[in-house]
Amino acid sequence: MSQLAVTVIGPDRPGIIADVTEALAQAGVNLEDSTMTLLRGHFAMMIVCSGSLPEVKEAVEPLRGELVITVRQMGPEHAHAPIGPPYILSVHGADRPGIVSAITRMIASVGGTITDLTTRLSGQLYVLTAEVELPPTAALGMLQRALEITAEELGVGVTLRPAESDDL
Amino acid sequence: MTLGHLNHALASWSPAQLGITGDVLEVVRAPHPVLANDGAEIDPLDPVMVTLAADLVATMRVSPGCVGLAAPQVGVAARMFALDVTGHPKTRTCHGVFVLCNAVVVEATRKEKAREGCMSVPDLTGDVKRATRLTVTGVLPGTKDEVTLTTDAFEARAVQHEIDHCTGQLFLDRVAGAHAIYPRKVYL
Repeated sequence: MSQLAVTVIGPDRPGIIADVTEALAQAGVNLEDSTMTLLRGHFAMMIVCSGSLPEVKEAVEPLRGELVITVRQMGPEHAHAPIGPPYILSVHGADRPGIVSAITRMIASVGGTITDLTTRLSGQLYVLTAEVELPPTAALGMLQRALEITAEELGVGVTLRPAESDDL
Repeated sequence: MTLGHLNHALASWSPAQLGITGDVLEVVRAPHPVLANDGAEIDPLDPVMVTLAADLVATMRVSPGCVGLAAPQVGVAARMFALDVTGHPKTRTCHGVFVLCNAVVVEATRKEKAREGCMSVPDLTGDVKRATRLTVTGVLPGTKDEVTLTTDAFEARAVQHEIDHCTGQLFLDRVAGAHAIYPRKVYL
């Protein structure tokens, strides 16, 4: 048993998840973390699971065709230790090329890391939402200002706010 | 702090009224089945339940950052919880420390989404919509008269989270969407 990365993408239809996960279950696979979502008309699945590489490859073989499937063995798992407090980054505005790269470059330039990011294009509206961790050394005021300047150049709006959670 | 609608029986309640010092109990974690069971309605006068009330307060007190603890979290499928949101920055109306038995939501309005965590689900947090204006009824342990608690903001959120525990619901059962559960970010 080793940790495997399985990716699946194809035209959406009812039953893709059931078909893929049934094939994996029959190969003795234990699903661990996964994200599965509809990206425009395509259904996309990213799964990290434990199982036998040859058995999984064989199990998903009948599903290939309409679905593009990759199965790869992963290196050892490294637990993610937060590098700093969490924030939620929101960007929205008129669609144009380069929004994601410009905004995420600003985060990377202060040593920040993105743990989750989703983008949606709805008509002309482009929306980016990300979970970000910033190192305590990052100058938050400077980053806010730099993001605003970048956003202004792109013609979009940006907000960066703490992703605080309350223990109950 | 809003004091307009404080219930004075609740606000002036003290664990000393239980007449016993509670023991610190182990907090159970999901997927322990007791967390998914509907808790039994209890007799607030039952000495076993009065002891449990003291134990909940004692366990809450020793748990860092803990503002509330329900009986199922210490392994007892019963409708009782302890709460104390004193000093939390999001608290407005505050009744201090209290324990409530058989609590039922009477009115819940003005829902807002916020991210919450739970001692029984220590590695995840989730975005949950909860009422910010809340009225519940319940009974203080060791008494038999029903009290009505009207509260808001963080105390309202915490009470709803604990009442959910009493009926076998976790915040995981109420998350705002498929993308609304997160690995807990503990940065110290």
